[in-house]
Amino acid sequence: MKLFKRLIPWILLAFAFFILPAMADKDLFGFSQFRLNLFGRYFSLAFVALGIDLIWGYTGLLSLGQGIFFSLGGYAIAMHLLLVTKNDFTTGANGLPKFFENYGVDQLPFFWEPFWSFPVSIAAIFIVPSIVAGLVGYLIFRNRIKGVYFSIITQASLMVFYHFFNGQQKLVNGTNGLKTSTTEIFGMQAGSDDAQLLFYRITLILLPFAFLLCKYLTSGRFGDALIGIRDDEPRLRFSGFNPTPFKVIVFVVAGALAGVSGALYTVQSGIVSPQFMSISMSIEMVIWVAVGGRGTLIGPILGAVVVNYLRSLVSEALPEAWLFVQGALFVFVVVLMPDGIYGWFTKGGFRSMLAAFGLAKKTATYPKLDLDESAQSESASA
Amino acid sequence: MELVFSQILDGLSIGSVLLLAATGLAIVFGLMGVINLAHGEFMMLGAYVTFVIQNMFRPLGASVFELYYLVALVASFVVTALVGVLLERTLIRRLYGRPLETLLATWGVSLILIQFVRSVSLAMVLGIGVTALLGWLAKRFMPSSLKEASFSSYLGGAVWAVAGLLGIFSINIFASFGRFFSNPWFGPRNIDVTAPKWLQGSWGSIGGIELPGIRIFIIVLSALLLAAVAWFLTKSVWGVRIRSVTQNREMSNCLGIPTDSVDSITFGIGSGLAGVAGCAITLLGSVGPNLGASYIVSCFMVIVLGGVGNLVGTVIASMMLGIIQSIIGSGSLLIAFPDMPEGLRAVTEFFATTSMSLVLVFIFIIAFLQFKPTGMFPQKGRSVDA
Repeated sequence: MKLFKRLIPWILLAFAFFILPAMADKDLFGFSQFRLNLFGRYFSLAFVALGIDLIWGYTGLLSLGQGIFFSLGGYAIAMHLLLVTKNDFTTGANGLPKFFENYGVDQLPFFWEPFWSFPVSIAAIFIVPSIVAGLVGYLIFRNRIKGVYFSIITQASLMVFYHFFNGQQKLVNGTNGLKTSTTEIFGMQAGSDDAQLLFYRITLILLPFAFLLCKYLTSGRFGDALIGIRDDEPRLRFSGFNPTPFKVIVFVVAGALAGVSGALYTVQSGIVSPQFMSISMSIEMVIWVAVGGRGTLIGPILGAVVVNYLRSLVSEALPEAWLFVQGALFVFVVVLMPDGIYGWFTKGGFRSMLAAFGLAKKTATYPKLDLDESAQSESASA
Repeated sequence: MELVFSQILDGLSIGSVLLLAATGLAIVFGLMGVINLAHGEFMMLGAYVTFVIQNMFRPLGASVFELYYLVALVASFVVTALVGVLLERTLIRRLYGRPLETLLATWGVSLILIQFVRSVSLAMVLGIGVTALLGWLAKRFMPSSLKEASFSSYLGGAVWAVAGLLGIFSINIFASFGRFFSNPWFGPRNIDVTAPKWLQGSWGSIGGIELPGIRIFIIVLSALLLAAVAWFLTKSVWGVRIRSVTQNREMSNCLGIPTDSVDSITFGIGSGLAGVAGCAITLLGSVGPNLGASYIVSCFMVIVLGGVGNLVGTVIASMMLGIIQSIIGSGSLLIAFPDMPEGLRAVTEFFATTSMSLVLVFIFIIAFLQFKPTGMFPQKGRSVDA
């Protein structure tokens, strides 16, 4: 039974990897290519959620600026695709991406140059966000800025990047963003069904690696230090640890995950724009983690997929209702379900509900202790 | 030079609006450690209250209409303060000592408020009424055996969920009665408020520089309100209680200060100030449901820069933000100093838009915090966390 429980996520993953594309291929149960693409996007958002879980769920630092790293990853891949693709949709008369024509730019801005190379661009997807995260993180954590101040500062940094990308038409096409759906990758058009299926597969192959990376980081001494920072940072400091490097490292990892997430999301949604850096997008990322269950690693993946699927369903049926639903979700999860869906099942919320209705044995102390027969018989004999 | 002066005046009035909003936010944050992300939406509510009051005064004739703005100032304070108290009593109270979570919950509230203003119609108000009535009735007539059962909280949740669904259902029914019921009151578009005549135009001039009435009025208004808040906090009984709870909640509680009421009152005043700020914003241009988002980050920056729970810091920080933003963003430095060196000129031009000047200000603040992590006027304390 225990083994089975541990296998559930992997079974679901295999289902998403093998069965869903087959269903989309045959259009079974109304599950179309379009839906498959949407699910690919949801799974790509799970990466950024994992990162947020690392810094918020485990380390207790609520970053409202993950959109920065998310967009940087997206821009990295989009810039590469725009540069190397040569077709009528994307390339202008002077051989540069077409949008440069609109602003009369005939010389490629210098920071575009490295993105001619595929390996460099792939590396940039997670290295550029890591560097930015490292810098921002070091500047913030060095001064022991934390709690609400940390959230505010990350949000302000987000606004800095947002306005910068939004205002610089000549460098990155400003508000319009970079469109990738008409570019070509591996000899396919990036917007075509075949390419989208490939992106979907890549996303699902990378997801377990991201999960295992987080698992590795959160178990063992490093993970203990993170939880120590979350629960009582002064005490950690007094015991001779310097929390700053831990925080910077975990912030960098979260940034890198966000970058990967942004790149995968960009190629699947067909565009990257400064809207990815809006305040609301970054806060929404946090709520995926909260809904799924923070402080667990299955939770954020679950949350990203569930909340975004819900979003698609609600906005298709009643576009105006989504903000109400989303707002209510924020309030509901924070007030009534602080452990999220996954935490509710695993941390005793579900059991206590069953117990309230008389369907499970009431537990006075810890369920693990109360329901363990050997522990009970020992305490009875003692 | 005249141009720079009038930009400084502009900056002062922007700073004054920020000051009004940030003061409310700062008091609430200082007292409860609560970050209220819905604060910007309270400003939006204040602006919409002003709009409603204006429309109510319009049929009363031109001479009475001139006075609507004074009524709107009071009304926007009262309405947003009441909404704030309601929010504190129902939601914030449950989240004590969890500031990060309050931040998320209030963001949820702000989303609901934005969409509410966009789509509120008579049908919707009636539907909400139906939900409230059903929920209350169910609570009133529920047998006490059920109320005391171990699963009563789950049952209560289910009852409210059912009431909510019936409410949504009734919205659809009411909406089918006709356009009078289903038409949204405000809609997603921006609304415009006409400033009364005595505010329009110039209020005289100093040394050949015109003093635009609206800007001066906003500056005077925020100065008066700030003085009132300062008086309230230092001289009145409740103000002293508020400050005492801000300094040490547990000790104040032990000494018999009703911290519950203090929290409600503080939150109400903070929200009310946001409402007045919103009322002032209507004079500066048209406003829409998304008004809050453009001010909230600046408000936070003011608090971070000025230091928490410090009125002087808030004043200086908001004025600095307003003036820097206005002078650099408008590009008037370029005109006032045509012969500045080439490098400086390029930099100034680069930041000479409203959004880029905001970028500059934020970068400046983040850099500033490297030297003074707790703001210009930090609170003195002995806690290791400080």
